[in-house]
Amino acid sequence: MHSKAPLGLKIAAIGGLLFLHVPILLIFVYAFTTEDKSYQWPPPGYTLQWFEVTWNRPDVWQALGLSLRVACVSTVIAIVLGTLCAAAVARSKFFGRETISLLVILPIALPGIITGISLRSAFNIADIPFSTWTIILGHATFCIVVVYNNAVARFRRTSSSLIEASMDLGATYWQTLRFVIMPNMATAILAGGMLAFALSFDEVIVTTFTAGQQQTLPIWMLEELVRPRQRPVTNVVAMVVVLVTFLPILGAYYLTRGTETVAGQGK
Amino acid sequence: MVAAITFSGVSRHFGDVRAVDGVDLEIGSGEFFALLGPSGSGKTTCLRLIAGFEQPTRGTISIFGQDATSAPPYRRPVNTVFQDYALFPHLNVRDNVAYGLMVRGDAKAPRRTAADEALALVALDGFGDRKPSALSGGQRQRVALARALVMQPKVLLLDEPLGALDLKLREQMQGELKTLQRRLGIAFVFVTHDQGEALSMADRVAVFNDGRIQQVGSPEEVYDRPQTPFVADFVGASNILPADMVEAIIGKRASASLRPEAITFSDGPLQGVVESHAFLGSAIRIEVMCNGQIIKVLVPKSGVVPVMGETVKLGWPAGALHIMDSTDG
Amino acid sequence: MAEAPRSPLSDMLWRRPNLLLLLLVTPPLLWLGIVYLGSLFALLAQSFFSIDEFSGLINYEFTLKTYGELFRASNFDILLRTIAMASAVTVGAAIVAFPIAYYAARYATGKWKAVFYLGVMLPLWSSYLVKVYSWKLILAKEGILNWLFETLHLSWVLDAYLSIPGIGGNSLSVSWTGTFLVFLYVWLPFMILPIQAALERVPPSMLEASGDLGARPGQTLRHVILPLALPGIIAGSIFTFSLTMGDYIIPQIVGTSARMIGQAVYQFQGTAGNIPLAAAFAVVPIVVMGIYLTLAKRAGAFDAL
Repeated sequence: MHSKAPLGLKIAAIGGLLFLHVPILLIFVYAFTTEDKSYQWPPPGYTLQWFEVTWNRPDVWQALGLSLRVACVSTVIAIVLGTLCAAAVARSKFFGRETISLLVILPIALPGIITGISLRSAFNIADIPFSTWTIILGHATFCIVVVYNNAVARFRRTSSSLIEASMDLGATYWQTLRFVIMPNMATAILAGGMLAFALSFDEVIVTTFTAGQQQTLPIWMLEELVRPRQRPVTNVVAMVVVLVTFLPILGAYYLTRGTETVAGQGK
Repeated sequence: MVAAITFSGVSRHFGDVRAVDGVDLEIGSGEFFALLGPSGSGKTTCLRLIAGFEQPTRGTISIFGQDATSAPPYRRPVNTVFQDYALFPHLNVRDNVAYGLMVRGDAKAPRRTAADEALALVALDGFGDRKPSALSGGQRQRVALARALVMQPKVLLLDEPLGALDLKLREQMQGELKTLQRRLGIAFVFVTHDQGEALSMADRVAVFNDGRIQQVGSPEEVYDRPQTPFVADFVGASNILPADMVEAIIGKRASASLRPEAITFSDGPLQGVVESHAFLGSAIRIEVMCNGQIIKVLVPKSGVVPVMGETVKLGWPAGALHIMDSTDG
Repeated sequence: MAEAPRSPLSDMLWRRPNLLLLLLVTPPLLWLGIVYLGSLFALLAQSFFSIDEFSGLINYEFTLKTYGELFRASNFDILLRTIAMASAVTVGAAIVAFPIAYYAARYATGKWKAVFYLGVMLPLWSSYLVKVYSWKLILAKEGILNWLFETLHLSWVLDAYLSIPGIGGNSLSVSWTGTFLVFLYVWLPFMILPIQAALERVPPSMLEASGDLGARPGQTLRHVILPLALPGIIAGSIFTFSLTMGDYIIPQIVGTSARMIGQAVYQFQGTAGNIPLAAAFAVVPIVVMGIYLTLAKRAGAFDAL
């Protein structure tokens, strides 16, 4: 199977990979440029000044803080609900099983704008004012599926005889949960949580509809894209965002590496 | 003396499927008992009913006289060695063995001692710190055994314990399990589809088919005096003679079983033509066509072997032809 | 054996396994069912209402008039344009993704497997907005792409291309080509993964058998590999098609002023306040995806997901 690959294929494959990464790396370069009125290439000069400017922008900090808060809470909710769903679906074949799988996937399968508008009209009808909680509600909804996918895959891999063995040896349901199920699920759930965090941190489409007047970091960036104030500041922020989401993804990979189900394969 | 396990009219239905259909059973407190049968015969479900992983749709189960029908597995004085061993991958061998003790609240030091003793019992001293993934199949099985025995159960259940082992190891484990059971004096109930295994290890065997017990008895009884054609066919490779043939021999219409090793090429009631030879190492199996029916004869290697196509007569000692009254199976 | 700790709840759950199931499934079901499904239906229901043209108020009477509006020339154009773009992106993504997926599935070993894995994972989970933004930088008139063409003295090629009506424009960043490139870039990982998964399921002995029977590599590719990869391609296309159809941000940042469905929905539910029409527009991708998914399921794409 692993014979020599034809050269053309190799070039096409590596070229494709580069195609995926070069644009993002370009942003890193732009973060150091001295030119602030356009996207001139090649950059006329290099400087570190924009980092300091960004540091001093209060709107950036506010947006960052909101994004982090929302991501944390949404991740927790997604972990709880996603794991519960996965446990139910993986455990037994009940008639609603396929429906539940479909339901969980729907928020991510349908275009974001539909999810966004639906949630907004729901909030209007129920007379709920926009707040941090409306943002969280939206994010948690599509983050559930990320945790769910990881948890279901790990549940399927965990043989049911482990639970029976535990109870056979005298453990009640709660003890079995604590001593056998949780240790085996931990890395998968954590990996799902990390991916959910990354997803929530980057999300913009649904958020524009549920955020009201507030700005998460992606919304801040969207504003800057449409009406640029200081372009290099946007570049710096973009670079930071890439680095921040880089870490959870790497973490999720290392957590589930070596197991059959590496995290993130099913978005 | 109170029976270790008693089944009264136990049935387990899964929708329309009757996995276990009206089973009555009594297992004595020091017996090595085998549940034997093909796949889907209900033997594994019965084991799971004893362990508590399934609840009966009908009937009652008692363990040492106490009704255990609705008791969850963790309340039964019974422990199981699983077919896939079910060792906890995140714990090392010692913690696996001590799991049951930990869960019921024993202190750390006595747990450790008991676990080490159990490991010594199954000849795995010093393996305590290893992880299950680093062990061979045979070693994992011993850990599973130690883990169950350290709980000092009143009945030990084994679900096809030797299926995954190669032949040499299997025979070795058979001997060890038998010795262990004698030493501990508790009831061992094990499930197998291998009739040779059941015959060599068990004190008594229950032969299952289609959710029901066809016969319960000692290995000799089940082998020499099968009560139904199914038992005759499943336990050992017997010849089942159809009613016509039996009528010609003894004048009564019934089906009968005749063990291949009991037949000799001597003057007897049957006559036929030799069709094939098969060399089995210590013996030779010869197939003889008599009146449209293939009769299998087993002769020792040193015995007289007729040539292919030769016409022979088949005889046997009195009592070797076993009449079976019932015709179901 | 010592008694297990007192736990009546545990006993009850063992006796009634369905109860456990119910407990597990209710909280997420409540959340998704009420919050999500509820609001989704609320939106779709709105498409059966209409807006009164003079007062600007919503008329809560069942009518199909709003759907009729979709067939007005300007609106219908939006639908056609979007579906055309979605199709183009799907085809383009499949072509670009295939070599990557094929190499990763068949030839990458050890360290390279991890490289390819992370190489696709990281862009997949990276910020959507950052990815779009990076292309705005690349496609800008003074950006790297133009600079590349100039340095290679190929600017005339670029200018000739840009003068093609429809897909050209003043610069790449305000042309449909630009939009196409950004869509392709952003959704590419979604196409790579299912194809790779499908290809990994092809046993190598099958390819050897094909060679053994006399097929040249090109023939093996056409007659064995591609058909087996097809469910993966279809699975990937579900994403590229669906995501392109509903997107409103990318065409806004990189593209002409002609709108796509997503932008139409956004516009109509925003200041225009024409929620029924916005809902009607929103229903179109849902219906299209519904049909597409049913066809895809028949072709076995769901096993590759």
